[in-house]
Amino acid sequence: MSLELSDADSDAAASRPYIEAAHPEHPSLLDPTHQMDALFGVVNIPNVVWIDETGVIVRPAEPGWPDGRHEMPRNMLTSIPKLGRAQTAPAPPEGSHGLAGIAAGQNREAYPDAIREWAAKGAASRYALTADEVVARSQERSPGMSEGAAHFELANHLWRGGRRDLAIAHFNESHRLQPANWTYKRQAWSLVGNERVGGDFGRFAQAPVEGEEGDWPFTSDFFSDVALLGEGEYYPKTF
Amino acid sequence: MITDSLQLDPAEFSAATGWEIKPEGACKADVCVPLPSTGDFDVRATAERLGMAVVADREAGLWAIGPQSLGGRALVSAEAPELALDDLDGHEFRLSSLRGQKVLLVAWAPY
Repeated sequence: MSLELSDADSDAAASRPYIEAAHPEHPSLLDPTHQMDALFGVVNIPNVVWIDETGVIVRPAEPGWPDGRHEMPRNMLTSIPKLGRAQTAPAPPEGSHGLAGIAAGQNREAYPDAIREWAAKGAASRYALTADEVVARSQERSPGMSEGAAHFELANHLWRGGRRDLAIAHFNESHRLQPANWTYKRQAWSLVGNERVGGDFGRFAQAPVEGEEGDWPFTSDFFSDVALLGEGEYYPKTF
Repeated sequence: MITDSLQLDPAEFSAATGWEIKPEGACKADVCVPLPSTGDFDVRATAERLGMAVVADREAGLWAIGPQSLGGRALVSAEAPELALDDLDGHEFRLSSLRGQKVLLVAWAPY
């Protein structure tokens, strides 16, 4: 399921090259309106949901990886101009781990082995949760978070319809109401970053270009928000 | 869900949210929430009972109805909700078509 960023008329331009290069044998679907968040509580990527043969979820949305590799595309960092910080972003706390905090606190190599165990043992797997555990461990959602989701849906809809003047305020409100929803934040930052930077990796420019901070319409940016996190706060520990 | 009118009928509401409007209330999987017995379907009252925010953009003439927040969690039941999305060729695929197999739903994004 790709949380597709592209504008409505661009034919899945952001996801298509990755999907076509992978030649997947499994269904590979586009999720431009973030149904995975509304229905399953996906607030960051990558996230994985396990569902058994009867259609019952046995593990709710959680961070998961195919292996322990953590690679950036070649030339990505050198192709992006130096980035600054949103003018209203909070200052990084003393001792911040910066981007290093993203990878901390996980045992990514263990995840595929857990999937294999469940595939072999089914409900007897130590990783298969009860129905009550699944609901209790699903993403927190308060009425205020529902309001944040509604603002995000309006923002996404208006942006894709060309009403960017109206979309930005709804993006910012969704970020305020759901500060831990990284798909809401990264979607918005990516859309604008890609417009500013362009090229193959403009979508990864999720902060203002240095020297152009006044042209950044969001209250924060990726680097500033990640710098606020401690270990296990970007990707909560899975096992 | 996005709508330009809050005069929705139950079928529209159900198709967009997965909550079916039945005599016993708004129902999803094995959960039913009683609704006010005022006769006609009232989307605002239903949304309130389900913890769904209703947000307007007056200039655009649109409303968004947020997802349910019942019980303070994204899921109200372990029964997987229906998910219907298109592939690259525009063909709709439904999660329920995989019933009988174990399924891993993997969400990623190109950024």
